[in-house]
Amino acid sequence: MSTELLEATDQAKQIDIDRTAGNFSYPEQHTFDAGTGLSHATVDYISDVKNEPDWIREFRHKALDVFFSKPMPTHWASHDLENIIFQNIRYYLANGQKPTRSWEEVPDDVKKTFERLGIPEQERKFLAGVEAQFDSEAVYSNMKKALGDQGVIFVGSTEGLKEHSEIFRKWFGKVIPTGDNKFSALNSAVFSGGSFIYVPPGVKVKHPLQAYFRINAENFGQFERTLIIADEGSEVMYMEGCTAPKFETATLHSAVVELVAMKGAKLQYVTVQNWSANVFNLVTKRAIAHEEAEVKWIDCNIGSRLTMKYPGVVLKGRKARGEVISIALASDGQHQDTGAKMIHAADETTSNIVSKSISVGTGRATYRGLVHIPKHLKGCKNNTECDALLINSTARTDTYPAITVRGTGNSSQHEASVSQISAEQIFYMQQRGLTEAQAMSLSVNGFVNDLVRQFPMEYSVELKRLIDLEMEGSVG
Amino acid sequence: MSLEIRNLHARIAANGTEILRGLDLTVEAGKVHAIMGPNGSGKSTLSKVLGGHPDYEVTEGEVLLDGVNILGMEPDVRSRAGLFLAFQYPMEIPGVSNANFLRAALQARLPEGEELEATDYYARLYEKMDMLEMDRKFTARSVNDGFSGGEKKRNEILQMLMLEPRYAILDETDSGLDIDALKIVSHGVNAMRGPERGFLVITHYQRLLDYIVPDVVHVLVGGRIEHTGGKELALELEAKGYDWIKDDIAQAVSA
Ligand SMILES: Nc1ncnc2c1ncn2[C@@H]1O[C@H](COP(=O)(O)OP(=O)(O)OP(=O)(O)O)[C@@H](O)[C@H]1O
Ligand SMILES: [Mg+2]
Repeated sequence: MSTELLEATDQAKQIDIDRTAGNFSYPEQHTFDAGTGLSHATVDYISDVKNEPDWIREFRHKALDVFFSKPMPTHWASHDLENIIFQNIRYYLANGQKPTRSWEEVPDDVKKTFERLGIPEQERKFLAGVEAQFDSEAVYSNMKKALGDQGVIFVGSTEGLKEHSEIFRKWFGKVIPTGDNKFSALNSAVFSGGSFIYVPPGVKVKHPLQAYFRINAENFGQFERTLIIADEGSEVMYMEGCTAPKFETATLHSAVVELVAMKGAKLQYVTVQNWSANVFNLVTKRAIAHEEAEVKWIDCNIGSRLTMKYPGVVLKGRKARGEVISIALASDGQHQDTGAKMIHAADETTSNIVSKSISVGTGRATYRGLVHIPKHLKGCKNNTECDALLINSTARTDTYPAITVRGTGNSSQHEASVSQISAEQIFYMQQRGLTEAQAMSLSVNGFVNDLVRQFPMEYSVELKRLIDLEMEGSVG
Repeated sequence: MSLEIRNLHARIAANGTEILRGLDLTVEAGKVHAIMGPNGSGKSTLSKVLGGHPDYEVTEGEVLLDGVNILGMEPDVRSRAGLFLAFQYPMEIPGVSNANFLRAALQARLPEGEELEATDYYARLYEKMDMLEMDRKFTARSVNDGFSGGEKKRNEILQMLMLEPRYAILDETDSGLDIDALKIVSHGVNAMRGPERGFLVITHYQRLLDYIVPDVVHVLVGGRIEHTGGKELALELEAKGYDWIKDDIAQAVSA
C-alpha cells in the first residue's frame, strides 16, 4: 500500500468501538501481505515468507488443487456458502515478527488490542500458557517455565513445524486428511498460525493453556492450524477464544484442529468463540483417542454469520472415550450449523454428545450428528442428547442425527427436545422488572446452566457475559 | 397518590377490535378496589394494557401512576415504577428457577453496580414463603413449570410480596385456589395492605371479597366501568347477576 493510501485508510478506519468487547479494530500495518485472491502464487508467497521446507510447500500446492476440485457442499449445507467470494479474500497478513515471549515486546497496536480483550490479565490469573494470534501469525507465546522444564511444548504452528519437525510431521494432517472437506483442503493450502502442543508421557498440565485468535483486518481469511499431542498418560486442557470486529464485508475463518490422545491420555479442548456477524466460520476439528484415552470437546459458538463445525472423536483404542458438549447461540440473521461426530473403531469405546442450541429471532440452529458403531465391535455405547430453545416464533431449528449402531453388544441412546420462549413469556418476565434482553438472557442461561456448570469457572463467567451481550444486541 | 385511568381506549393490535372503550377508574393509595364483570368484558385486557402488553394498542386516554403517564413505557419500566400484575394465567418459564427469577427481578431494581445481598434475600424469600405456606422446594423449581393451578396463583402472590409494588392488580387470583389456600393467599395480600399501596382485585366471586374486603366495587361491562358501589355491591351482583346492569345500559342508550 502507498503511504497516502495508508493514511487515508488510517483516517477512515479510526478506532471503532461499540459495547461488544471484540468490536473494535486498529489501522492495519502489515509487512507481509499475500494480496487479494487465491492461486498457486499465493501459496508460494506464504511458503516463501515462512521459509518452509519443500514437503510443506508441496503439501500446500496439492491441497490447493484439492480445494479447487471440490464443490461447495451446498447439496447438504447452507447456500449462504455461495456468498463467500474466494477471490476477494486476503490469505496472509503478518508483520514478519517472530512471536515474542515477553508481553512488553509485542507491537503497541496489537498489545492494546489484546489488553482490551483482557489477555495478559487472564494469563497472570489462571493460565499455564498463552498464545495470541493477530491475523495470520502468533504475536506472543509464553508458557510457565516449569512446564518447559518438563518437556511440554507450546508454540505457534509455524514454530512447531520448524523447531519440532520430527513430532510435527508425524501427526500433521493424519487426523484430518487434506481432502476431508473443501475447507480442510483450503486450510491445508494456506494455513498459518494456530498452536502446536506436545505433552510428554505422564505429564499432567494443571492449568489450562490458552490461545487467542484475533482477526483485525477486513476482507481477511484466518486459517490457523492447531495440532495437539497428549502422549501416554498425560493430561492437558487447551482453551481458545476468538473475536473479530464488525466489518461490512465478509470475513472467513477456516481452521483445522487435530488432536491426538495417546494411551490413557486426557485431552480437553474448550472453545468460546464470539465472532462478529460478518464472519463465515468453517472449522474442522477432530481427535484420535487411543486405548483408554479421553477426549472432550467443549464448544461454545456465539456470533458469526454462518458457523459449520462438527467436532469429532475417532475412538481408535479399546475403552477410549469421546465427548462433545456444545452450545450454539444463533441470533437474528445468524446460522449455527453445528454437531458432533463419533467414530467407534474399537471395543468398549464410549461416546457422549450433549448439544444445546438457542435460536433467537430469525436465527437458525442446525444440529448434525454422526455416530458410527460398526458390527464387529463389542461393548460400545453412545449417548446423544440434543435440546433446542427457540426464542420467539420466527426462529428455526433442525436436527439431523445420523446414528448407525450395528452389532448386538452395542447401544445408543438418543434424546431430543425443543422448547420455546414466547413473546408471552418474555412479557411475563418483563412485568417483573427485567428488560427484554435480561429476560432472554435469563432463559438462555437457565437452558444451558447444567452444561455450563461443568466448565472451568473463568469460562462460565465469560460465557454468561457473552450471552448477555448477544441478547442486548439482539433487542437493538 | 393514585393509579389513575382516564378515558382509556384500547384495541387488539392484530385485528383492530376495540376492547376497552373509554374506561375511567382511579385507585387511590391505601385503597382496595374490586372489579367484577361478565366473561369477555375486558377485565384481563385492562390489566394487560396497564402492564404494557404488546398485543394491545392504546388509541386514547391516559394512565397516571402517581401522576406520571406510564403508557409510553416498556413493561419492565412500568414494573420497576411500582406496577405489579398477578396474572389470570401465569406463564411457565422452563429452565429458570423461582429463586433466580425473583433474584434477577430484585437485582433489576438496584442501581448499577450494586449487588443484591444473597443472605438477606434468602431470609426474606423464606419468610414470605412461610407466610404463604409454600414448601422450600419451590425455590429450586422452574418458574410455574408444572405447578398446579393453585400453586401458580400462590407463586404470583409470593412474587408480589417480594417485589413490594405500589399498585398491584390481581386478576382472578382466587380461581383455582382451594378454600384453605384462598385464606392463606388473602392473608398474604392483607398483610401488604397499607396507606402506601393500592390494589385492584379482579374476581367473579363475592367469596374472595369476604377475605380481602374492598373499599370500592366496580362493574366492568363491554370495556367500560358501568357501575360503582361499596362492598355490598358484590353481594348484590352475586344474587342478581349482571343482567340488570346490562338492562340499565340498554335503557340509557335507547332513552
Ligand atoms: N390478544 C387477543 N386476541 C384476540 N382476542 C382477544 C385478545 N385479548 C382479548 N381478546 C378478546 O377480548 C375480549 C375481552 O377479553 P378479556 O380476557 O379481557 O376478558 P375478561 O373480562 O378478562 O374475561 P374473563 O372473565 O373470562 O376472564 C374477549 O372477547 C377476548 O376474546
Ligand atoms: Mg380475564
